[in-house]
Amino acid sequence: LQHSNYISFCRICVITLAEAHPLLQSGKTIKSINYQISANCSRLQNKVSGKSKRGAQFLTELAPLCRISSSDGEEYTIYSCIRGRLIEVNENILSNPTLLQEKPSTEGYIAVVLPKFEESKSITQGLLTQKEYEEVLLKRLNSS
Amino acid sequence: MSSLTEKDRPVVQLLLNTGTCPRCILRFCCVGSQTLYRHPYKDLMKDLKEFLKNNREKEDTVGFDVVDPPCKRLRLEHTREGPDDVNHNGVLQQIPSVNDENAAVENSTVKVCNVCLGILQEFCEADFVKKVCQKVHSADYQFTSFVFSVSLPPQLSVRERAAWLLVKQEMGNLGLSLAKDDIVQLKEAYKWIIHPQLSEELGVPADGKVLFEVSVVFAHPETDEECHFLATACPDCFKPAKNKQSVFTRMAVIKALEKIKEEDFLKHFPCPSSSPENFCVALEIQCNNGAVFVAGRYNKYSRNLPQTPWIIDGERKLESSVEELISEHLMAEFKADSFNFSSSGREDVDVRTLGNGRPFAIELVNPRRVHFTAEEMKGLQQTINNSSDKIQVRDLQLVTREAIGRMKEGEEEKTKTYSALIWTDKAIQREDIAFLDDIKELKLDQKTPLRVLHRRPLAVRCRLIHTMKSEYIDEHHFRLQLKTQAGTYIKEFVHGDFGRTKPNIGSLLNRTADILELDVESVDVDWPPTL
Repeated sequence: LQHSNYISFCRICVITLAEAHPLLQSGKTIKSINYQISANCSRLQNKVSGKSKRGAQFLTELAPLCRISSSDGEEYTIYSCIRGRLIEVNENILSNPTLLQEKPSTEGYIAVVLPKFEESKSITQGLLTQKEYEEVLLKRLNSS
Repeated sequence: MSSLTEKDRPVVQLLLNTGTCPRCILRFCCVGSQTLYRHPYKDLMKDLKEFLKNNREKEDTVGFDVVDPPCKRLRLEHTREGPDDVNHNGVLQQIPSVNDENAAVENSTVKVCNVCLGILQEFCEADFVKKVCQKVHSADYQFTSFVFSVSLPPQLSVRERAAWLLVKQEMGNLGLSLAKDDIVQLKEAYKWIIHPQLSEELGVPADGKVLFEVSVVFAHPETDEECHFLATACPDCFKPAKNKQSVFTRMAVIKALEKIKEEDFLKHFPCPSSSPENFCVALEIQCNNGAVFVAGRYNKYSRNLPQTPWIIDGERKLESSVEELISEHLMAEFKADSFNFSSSGREDVDVRTLGNGRPFAIELVNPRRVHFTAEEMKGLQQTINNSSDKIQVRDLQLVTREAIGRMKEGEEEKTKTYSALIWTDKAIQREDIAFLDDIKELKLDQKTPLRVLHRRPLAVRCRLIHTMKSEYIDEHHFRLQLKTQAGTYIKEFVHGDFGRTKPNIGSLLNRTADILELDVESVDVDWPPTL
């Protein structure tokens, strides 16, 4: 799964595209981004209320956040990778898809997820640090 | 007994016979003279008996000249005969002869009053007054007047009702009426007697409006179950609540007594009431002072100090806090139990508060000392300022509870000014940032910052940046002074918070910007008054 996650010490997770994601390689142009992941579910309809974020769509690791089509006909599904409540998806990339490619780790983020309090520590431990990620990529490169 | 008259005799006799103390007897005869109640118990008892004896003597000696209503005489004869006194209602039970009016011997032991259970007996005595004052003195409070509050066991209301019904009936037989409101209230009579004694011993007057309260809780476990019959008669008055230990609170009992019909009451409760074995006990004697409020303004010079203690999972993450550094000394001087700190907004751990400082107020709960002169407050301020270089306070003063509202107003309505040290990724020249100075009333849309999103609801805030003034430092740094609406997130305005605050410095300059340092330059609230 080629995403990366940013966790501040207050448990909030921001889902962004990882460096090595195909969409971030040169030559790719994004045609469209779709938050409607199934007939009944659109991430755009996610509504949360109150401090405890009631009403949020609950995400498992393999829950799709959105589908992105590139102009060369490819379609990529972006998965949550994190268990938790969906707080918001980034609507700015809908109106401005280049944001996703130009600033993938900041303004081009995909979604904000809040894991359960009890699970936040184990989730953090299950992720790769920047260094570990680079090692994975290196291995991948060497094996191919 | 100048306040007791002819018509009171039957009632006095009846109540005395059924085990009621002299002061309660005076109450039910509607005697309003406070001084009478203050007479020593023994004297009152003696005088009452004299009063009754005189009546008898008059009868014997005067003979025909005195016209006593026949039923009254009948009543007296009845009581002299003693038991098996059945009244018209078939309700009045045996009247035990507690104090035989013919006996010349005075009872040396005081029987517990069947109405006040001893409140107007033992608890009016000098011994009890001494006990209360000892407690007050040992608690070491500073006060110039006091409020004495008393909590009575609920069954007293039940016994009071029984006594009223008894007396009402007796007076009815004489063609007289007795309204419940005409009877002197037990608490009122008690305060008539005890206030002067407490005042004398403590050296200060009693004053109903004052905050220093001495409270006593009385209990009479022996008769606690007497109220229970009311639950069957008026079940809806007694709803169990989670916090209350017993469902039979004073309020609930009084409410039930208002509802219950006379016949039902008399069916379930003996009238006259029984004489208990024991007196009431004073469960607790407590002192409490109303809270005092200290206000001021604080400056924060540390970039490593939280406003309130930062403790996660029982572990303190950062040493001390603004509120602790200020309150520590106040708590010691005022000798309070605890404090509540509030301020007109707050700043992050790593943000300094400069200029005039931020208004704050501290509520000191149950302080032992309450009087401080302006000089003493100044001294306190100096002590606080000498104790730490991380914070400084000014304008330290005592304020009222109402004044706190002005401070909270400030939090939502008043402007603040800031100074931010900003970094940019791409180089900047002076011309690149000059335009910021000309922007007025810039409207921001700020989504709840990610750094607080775990504990705040998701929302969008519209806030105004009123003015800005830039100060070029080098190609990647500049200082920005801003004057903003209350509630604006400055850090997010600088770095954009993943684009969730729009516009932001980054978007305005078309670069990536981040904030290196933030200072609060002023909090534009003109409270508390400058000293």
